[in-house]
Amino acid sequence: MADNPQAIEVNCETGIVTTRDLTADEIAAQAVAAQAAADQKAAAEAEAAKVAADKAAGQAKLAALGLTADEIAALSK
Amino acid sequence: MANPTYTLIASNTVGSGGASSVTFSSIPATYTDLVIKCSSKTPFTSGNSSIDTISFNGSSTSFSGIYIQAYGTGYNYGTYAQFAAYSDGNVSATTNTFSNTDIYIPNYLSSLNKSYSSDSVSEANASTPYMVMVAGLWANSSAITSITLTPYSTFLQYSTFYLYGINNS
Repeated sequence: MADNPQAIEVNCETGIVTTRDLTADEIAAQAVAAQAAADQKAAAEAEAAKVAADKAAGQAKLAALGLTADEIAALSK
Repeated sequence: MANPTYTLIASNTVGSGGASSVTFSSIPATYTDLVIKCSSKTPFTSGNSSIDTISFNGSSTSFSGIYIQAYGTGYNYGTYAQFAAYSDGNVSATTNTFSNTDIYIPNYLSSLNKSYSSDSVSEANASTPYMVMVAGLWANSSAITSITLTPYSTFLQYSTFYLYGINNS
């Protein structure tokens, strides 16, 4: 890949494709946005993993109380 | 009688240098809706997909949206701003496999707020492929004249982007 990040612009009227180096401000802004997006994604996935773990733990406790698998499944329907 | 059309406006295939963003500018004001179809890949190495953001007319403000995603054995939903898709196959995922994404932007010339939707999938040949649907809003009254897609880091070579116009009359 190129050393410097490149932005591609396709002009829909002329068909001309322009490739240019990102400015320092654009590079900084992209880094901030990328980190924010990655953080959001990681948080969403961590939340989903916690929900799955809590669900499994809850089902295990219900099973320990004597509920059958069908009874446990029916509780979440 | 209406004669709907589906017309390719412009396209781009990323070259060997990669791209930090892809912009379609000077979008003609002759259609009713816009559609972007893309197939992309990035060097993202954490998980099997990464996030693209979308901006209109160079603006990154006044965006809001919700998503629902499924991956591997999990799924969740939530809110994101300026979110386009988990559209990028990860280089550490299946070799040479690119993701695919469709983005639909109805009434892009309207003086009302602009909505858009996106659906995307990335295959990993493993336990964590992704599929994501997004409903987004750009709270702005301007007609859309340019669209920029920005990946987490870089669109790799051979990522492709197609912009179509739909005319419903």
